[in-house]
Amino acid sequence: MTAEQVVFVLAAVVTLGSALGMVTTRSVFVGALWMIAVFGGVAALFILLGAGFLGIVQILVYIGAIAVLILFAIMLTPRVMGDPNAPRYNRQWPLVAVMASALASLLVALVLRTDWPLAQEGAPTITGFAVELGKGFMTTYILPFEVASVLLLVALIGAIVIAREE
Amino acid sequence: MSSVPLSWYLIVAALLFSIGAYGALARRNAIGILMGIELMLNAVNINLVAFWRYIEVTGLAGQLFAVIVITVAAAEAAVALALILAIYRTRDTVNVEEIDLLKW
Amino acid sequence: MGTADFVEIVVKSLVIIWALLTGFAYMTWFERRVIARLQSRVGPNRVGPSGLLQPLADGVKLMFKEDIVPAEADRALYLLAPLVAVVPAIMAFAIVPVGPSVTLFGRTIPLHLADMNIALLYFLGLGSLGVYGVVLAGWASNNKYALLGGLRASAQMISYELAMGLAVLSVVMLAGSLSLVDIVNAQAGGRWFILLQPVAFLIFLVTMIAETKRAPFDLPEAEQELVAGFHTEYSGMKFALFFMGEYIAMIAISGVAVSLFLGGWRGPFAEQVPILGVLYFFVKLVAFLFFFVWLRATLPRLRYDRLMHLGWKVLLPLSLANVVVTALAVVARDTGFFGLW
Repeated sequence: MTAEQVVFVLAAVVTLGSALGMVTTRSVFVGALWMIAVFGGVAALFILLGAGFLGIVQILVYIGAIAVLILFAIMLTPRVMGDPNAPRYNRQWPLVAVMASALASLLVALVLRTDWPLAQEGAPTITGFAVELGKGFMTTYILPFEVASVLLLVALIGAIVIAREE
Repeated sequence: MSSVPLSWYLIVAALLFSIGAYGALARRNAIGILMGIELMLNAVNINLVAFWRYIEVTGLAGQLFAVIVITVAAAEAAVALALILAIYRTRDTVNVEEIDLLKW
Repeated sequence: MGTADFVEIVVKSLVIIWALLTGFAYMTWFERRVIARLQSRVGPNRVGPSGLLQPLADGVKLMFKEDIVPAEADRALYLLAPLVAVVPAIMAFAIVPVGPSVTLFGRTIPLHLADMNIALLYFLGLGSLGVYGVVLAGWASNNKYALLGGLRASAQMISYELAMGLAVLSVVMLAGSLSLVDIVNAQAGGRWFILLQPVAFLIFLVTMIAETKRAPFDLPEAEQELVAGFHTEYSGMKFALFFMGEYIAMIAISGVAVSLFLGGWRGPFAEQVPILGVLYFFVKLVAFLFFFVWLRATLPRLRYDRLMHLGWKVLLPLSLANVVVTALAVVARDTGFFGLW
């Protein structure tokens, strides 16, 4: 195995193992910590793919903001979250488990059967990619960029209105 | 070219997506469901970046849309957590099976 | 990467870790002496000349303290939390250039560990990891005071990180790079960014104190209300690790502030005599650290709602406005609109 393959397998094991830990653990707080490990593993995969900028953004936004928010919400509701006897799953969980496994096998089978049109040799230059990305957002992709901005603004206002105490 | 084939990334993403779907559908805790959805979004991002790297490396679209997915995930988490807190305040629970006022 | 490069990186990492740990030890001494002066006291002066061996004595004392883990605590998380508090703080310093390149054993060695083109994003990312030590400690201790401290810390750090990121962004726009090395180079010839970006500097100054949870923003550990906040249950070396994390974060964030606004290691003749550059950097760094201590001795703690008010309703709009103005100025500069630059 080459070094890259070793790193990939490590990152993949961390990602998937933590994901399994997240959905099976009883405590929601510990589950959220597993989720952070998943985000870290995905960031490592991004960096391995040559998308260093996105890897850092993943850490900044997912681990630095989204996960902190989730932990914050868990800590704000300790009475229900800290209850060790609360059931983890709803009634249909065996059915869901079968369905999720079926979905996984289907996707993996599809991935393996498809003949992917691989292109371009050579690694991308990471240097200056953030600049390219910024220019892309301001020119060709300005519409998705603006839509995302409006979405963020709406979500911001919506969250404040919903969470506000009367 | 990289020594890791594209299919490896896609398989990891597929498994991650399935695990996330399981978490989102089987959990009773509303925050557990939200975390499952975040996993699914992450799996989508792995696919986007992997396709960018192996198929369309000169273009920007792959990474750019991954950035937008991250934005949407952030917005979604903020609104979902606000909803969960509002429900907790009025109903004193975050168990989705007990939030059934509109059920006939 | 050859063996020599590898050795260089290992040596530099060890030097940084050693310097930060020593810096932490002497920062405690420095803080106690300075606060004592400001309060017309003497401060620790018995162990060694002027009390210089006091940190050593403290370390020995802490090592022999009983190490208590509360019975109801989540043991694994409880042990993990102090480590999580320290490691990101140490890692953050890797991007700070402490001097110009020096030639040693026939090799040109730049005096920074890593020059990444996304260095500042890395710094902000590590800053957001820093909150986890506090959150984990607060939850794992299974103590109401600790939990409240953890809650306060996470809310505070999220709120102030936004304004900090935007303040950094204005400097990034002027320098046209996210690399601290490039930013320091852009300030050659005394064109320090504190002169061009006074507002961003003030915002950064306030947010860096809030991010390191120092007085007057030390609500997560407010003694009068929360006993000791998130580290109420901690004792011995684990308690010391939280302090280490806080002080090293102060040193690292001051290093970044010096590089962003005060020209980093730059000063008269620093290019010719590299050791002068390191000296300039050190002097500027100590000035920031003195400022931290000075503030703690001077200002009373903010009330919690005032803290949130300041973060969201004052600093955030101000930094946004600053970004917009800076963007306009940069566009004007690049298109020669004013013909002034």
